[in-house]
Amino acid sequence: MAILIDARTRLLVQGLTGREGTFHARQAADYGTTVVGGVTPGKGGTTHDGFPVFNTVESAVRATGADASVLFVPPSVAADAVMEAADAGVALIVCITEGIPTLDMMRALAFLDGRTSRLIGPNCPGLISPGRAKAGIIPGHICREGRVGIVSKSGTLTYEAIHQLTRLGLGQTTCLGIGGDPLIGTSFIDTLELFEADDETDAVVLIGEIGGTAEEDAAAFIRATVRKPVVGFIAGQTAPPGRRMGHAGAIISGGKGTAAEKMAALSAAGVTVVNSPSEIGAAVAERLRPEDGGGVAAGTHSGV
Amino acid sequence: MKIHEYQAKALLTRYGVATPRGEPVFSAEEAAEAAERLGADRVVVKAQIHAGGRGKGGGVKLADDPATAARITGEMIGMTLVTAQTGPAGRVVSRVLVEEGLDIATELYLGLLVDRAEQKPLFMASAAGGMDIEQVAADTPELIHKVHIDPGLGLAAFQARGLVEAIGLTGVSARKAALLMQRVYAAFLAVDASMIEINPLVVTGAGDVLALDAKVTLDDNASFRHIDLVDLRDLAEEEPLEVEASKHELNYIRLDGTIGCMVNGAGLAMATMDIIKLAGGEPANFLDVGGGASAEQIKSAFEILLSDTKVKAVLVNIFGGILRCDILAEGVIAAVTELGVDVPVVIRMEGTNVDEGKRMLKESELNFSTADGMGEAADVVVGLAAGAQ
Repeated sequence: MAILIDARTRLLVQGLTGREGTFHARQAADYGTTVVGGVTPGKGGTTHDGFPVFNTVESAVRATGADASVLFVPPSVAADAVMEAADAGVALIVCITEGIPTLDMMRALAFLDGRTSRLIGPNCPGLISPGRAKAGIIPGHICREGRVGIVSKSGTLTYEAIHQLTRLGLGQTTCLGIGGDPLIGTSFIDTLELFEADDETDAVVLIGEIGGTAEEDAAAFIRATVRKPVVGFIAGQTAPPGRRMGHAGAIISGGKGTAAEKMAALSAAGVTVVNSPSEIGAAVAERLRPEDGGGVAAGTHSGV
Repeated sequence: MKIHEYQAKALLTRYGVATPRGEPVFSAEEAAEAAERLGADRVVVKAQIHAGGRGKGGGVKLADDPATAARITGEMIGMTLVTAQTGPAGRVVSRVLVEEGLDIATELYLGLLVDRAEQKPLFMASAAGGMDIEQVAADTPELIHKVHIDPGLGLAAFQARGLVEAIGLTGVSARKAALLMQRVYAAFLAVDASMIEINPLVVTGAGDVLALDAKVTLDDNASFRHIDLVDLRDLAEEEPLEVEASKHELNYIRLDGTIGCMVNGAGLAMATMDIIKLAGGEPANFLDVGGGASAEQIKSAFEILLSDTKVKAVLVNIFGGILRCDILAEGVIAAVTELGVDVPVVIRMEGTNVDEGKRMLKESELNFSTADGMGEAADVVVGLAAGAQ
């Protein structure tokens, strides 16, 4: 089944006519995704690289039946674009944009509350269900169809994990970046719930980083609910406190949000936590070996 | 963006938050004049640096007359102030705030930020003011009272009254404090703050409520709509190489090790630091060149990395997505050729156009080491750095 996007997804691109939008709409279509059009206010009625352009998400949805939208719009207008997509009833909204003001995002999330749309991101690479569809910037050629799910706060570190799995012959159901900002639409827990329920996913890779408590919350959820094997890595084990490591959310403050705490919480929940990012693929292979039971959260193999 | 206490107080004053009267000054003479103008029996001289814990470090002193204020200011300006938050290197004081002394009856705490988990603003108040609030949170969390604010409705008056009662205020002071909280919330929204902390909030003998100290951090992502606040940035408080990096839209943080790192993406950059440490080395920096760096930015990144004289070897770890490996190779070759890099450079790259990138590196005939995978790259660069020492 994969999660969130598949061959039936009808994708809209908000910010289609910009540099990034143009490039990634083409990449997605070439990958086999059904890209039904784009939205750029003021350019409605035109065609861009063969895709129809609309002024509003509402008119685009009416004309194309789009059920997903990926956003490549500038940070100053991104939160508004998220709300517009939600208002038009788009089921899946994927916001790639980095650098959105926190208070804008807070208002957009309050707007989404009680509506049916799911937001992925912002400040994320989006998602890909290999062999079926993609919405975002994850390079298709590094992926392979298979049975491992990936959920991550990071972009390129996600590519690294995909690459390691693909090299070992372990394909993926869906790879999803949830974003490195303090305020995001879809959490680790939301994604773990989807992977746990997905018949085609046998194991999950969870890549976290310092800051906040999302990994600790995920650990509690895994302990209570997830029966599939999970392999985890936390970036920022060597990061000094009080310094923001690139992502707005990646900061150890007040002694909270350290990698050590997160790794301990995940290990205690039965997750195989690797110390080195180069061991992610091998750890998944290990957990998927038949003698591991192929599923039940087995003992902790900290450090592998 | 962090700003100084006097700037934070000026911002809060714009939104009606009461603060002591005071002036920032840059010299002993100016301090004497400021103290004279204030006309108070006693003034406080406070060193302005972007770090807390100044009192214990000798950065806050009382003066009973303008001459004393001038003498204290003369001693403070130019001194290196070391506090629990500055690290052992400390910060050089270049300006002080001269402020009227107050008759303080009670010291309280207020803090406001966006709670990531609840995705709403969180107002915190405590009767344990004037202390290290993180210590209070760790030892006696029941002394910190919290209320989440509905983003659509704002801080309701009853919520402010509830917090005020919880921290033990009554009568006129309670009404003044509740009003002050609503003004702080208005300021928070208006300036796009990431955090506002008032520690201590004081009640005077006369029952007035004022922000005796103030820390305001601004959301860098919102700076495009606050052109007037951009000038509040004090570059002297920042690491010069980090300032230089930000001009090239590079995200660089200087650390203490010997291995310079250049990576695309924040997560992969942190993971690269981690794997260097696991291989027995110490990273000299965090450097994220971003998703779509140009050859020019790659060159600037090299320049910044190598300005740190502690760097004994460089590890380039790029996973090409949007950033293509051939563009990276072009930038690295240009940098090494033009800058005359004399430390070993290890390159690990993967992803889009990787074969073209590898071919370019090889044909350049420059002295690069290449590695397959992050683990191998880390081992190689740590070995080279050790050999160079």
